[in-house]
Amino acid sequence: MLPIELKESLKTRIEQSSHPKELVVDVMMAVQEHYGYLSDEALDESAQLLNLPPMELEEIATFYTFIYREPVGRYVIHVCDSVVCWMNGAESIQDYLCRKLEIKPGETTKDGLFTLLPVCCIGYCDRSPAILINKKVYGELTPGKLDSILEKLRKEAE
Amino acid sequence: MYPQVLFKNRKPDRITTIEEYQQNGGYEALAQVLKNKSVKQVKQVINDAVLLGRGGAAFPSGVKLETVAENAPFPRYLVCNADEMEPGTFKDRVLIHADPHQLIEGMILAGYAVLAEKGIIFIRPEYENAARILEREIDIAKQAGFLGSNIMGSGYSFNLDVHRSGGRYICGEVTAQLNALMGKRPNPKQPPPYPTEKGLWDQPTVIQNVETLCCIPHIMKNGADWFKNLALTKGAAGTKIFGISGKVNKPGCYELPLGVRLSEIIEKHAGGMTAGSEFKACLPGGASTRFLTKEFYNIEMDFQTLKNAGHRLGTAAIMVFDHKTCMVGATLNLMEFFARESCGWCTPCREGTQYIKDLLWRIENGQGEESFIPLLKKICKYLWNAYCAFAPGAVSPVESLLTYFEDEVMEHIEQKKCPFKT
Ligand code: SF4
Ligand code: FES
Repeated sequence: MLPIELKESLKTRIEQSSHPKELVVDVMMAVQEHYGYLSDEALDESAQLLNLPPMELEEIATFYTFIYREPVGRYVIHVCDSVVCWMNGAESIQDYLCRKLEIKPGETTKDGLFTLLPVCCIGYCDRSPAILINKKVYGELTPGKLDSILEKLRKEAE
Repeated sequence: MYPQVLFKNRKPDRITTIEEYQQNGGYEALAQVLKNKSVKQVKQVINDAVLLGRGGAAFPSGVKLETVAENAPFPRYLVCNADEMEPGTFKDRVLIHADPHQLIEGMILAGYAVLAEKGIIFIRPEYENAARILEREIDIAKQAGFLGSNIMGSGYSFNLDVHRSGGRYICGEVTAQLNALMGKRPNPKQPPPYPTEKGLWDQPTVIQNVETLCCIPHIMKNGADWFKNLALTKGAAGTKIFGISGKVNKPGCYELPLGVRLSEIIEKHAGGMTAGSEFKACLPGGASTRFLTKEFYNIEMDFQTLKNAGHRLGTAAIMVFDHKTCMVGATLNLMEFFARESCGWCTPCREGTQYIKDLLWRIENGQGEESFIPLLKKICKYLWNAYCAFAPGAVSPVESLLTYFEDEVMEHIEQKKCPFKT
């Protein structure tokens, strides 16, 4: 169940909007933020708030890259695999992360900390190879840089 | 150094504040326009300035504004397309981070031109920072009296909102973007009705790219002729943000006059090719344009010149490939992007992008056959008949690979491996 305050604030936003449907993505994102991912329960709750059939939300949720219908780790690492990053070594960045985290793309580490997902160009081609971690950008990556980023996040999570 | 218009206030490490923006003439155009220019006059100036849409399609901005009929119903909407997701393109992010009030003023002016009451900035999730900056600066502009009701006592009211997307390339397509804004699955929708007639919530809606909107305050302030004279080539107008990436020493965004030569952009502004690299080809304007080869190295970069040469300037996001880069591999990567991002609505695109990807994959990995080449050409042709412009864009790199690099493709097939992999 969503905490009362979150539910109320979303309800207010929906009530105040002249077109509540425009908030579909916002609501799903906010609910996802709370649960970590958009579980079936979370999807139903979002649908109830918006007074829409869950099926309608489902077809939107599964369309978008940043809505997760399956559990993800605390940190979602999106590795850009589009052409500029590809040219500048994105594959080795991804391989390195896979080895370090002992997972394959699409998987989450055993401790639930990291999920690795390939993603299309994130608009930081001038700083390629680039990745996003929870929507924050890290560019001009090298294995050494990745090590210290992961280290920092691990500490932060403790 | 060429005149800097859109990047006039750009700082190396932070955004331009509203005070700095105003000190350098910001919001003066708005004051002038609201005081003594009719809606008609504004559209006329933008038309005379030959401002072509900077989002890739190069549609005349003035014409788009004029498509909203004078007696069109209210409310009317103005949407700023900040959903930049074409691989290689990052200029809109840089523009928002450099000078957010330039975009805000541009939106108010464009909004006024069609008497829109609400503006919405549609922005991709990867640009969360930019979204936050905009929300903050919109508030500041409101406090300063540039947004809200009865702006500067003119009787014109306009509000601005930021809409965050869930992230999909197709949302950059106008009709898909409108569906996304209305909380529907963002599939494109074929006009008619055109968005300017029946767009958001069935009301007249104008959608413009970030960079296009950023040009408007300067045009209104300095006039159409001034804008036209900024370009180096006849017929072209204005400056352009060239976003350059790949095998150059200084990748980044550079504001240069339209018509500047490709060679100059690479050698002078982007710091030349990286050590040990030789220019082989570039995509001149994002992933959905055609490869420009060495023979075009000196071409003047403006919409018309490229069109005459059978190319597209697109978003002017130049991605530079060097002699060590495998063009089959690069095209395969681009196809992986398009296959992943196809919205899946229509069969030619949904199936065709996968099919092309598979054939390129086999060629790249030593399983290619000569018969794949005519097959690829045939499928590419079919994709031109798909439902929206996504598919023709997707086959642009493939078709140009087969035009300019057939030798390289054949080498893969004959050697049964990628000649670039040792
Ligand atoms: S061409 Fe592709 S993106 Fe456009 S409607 Fe068809 S499937 Fe969707
Ligand atoms: S290609 Fe990776 S950020 Fe653009």
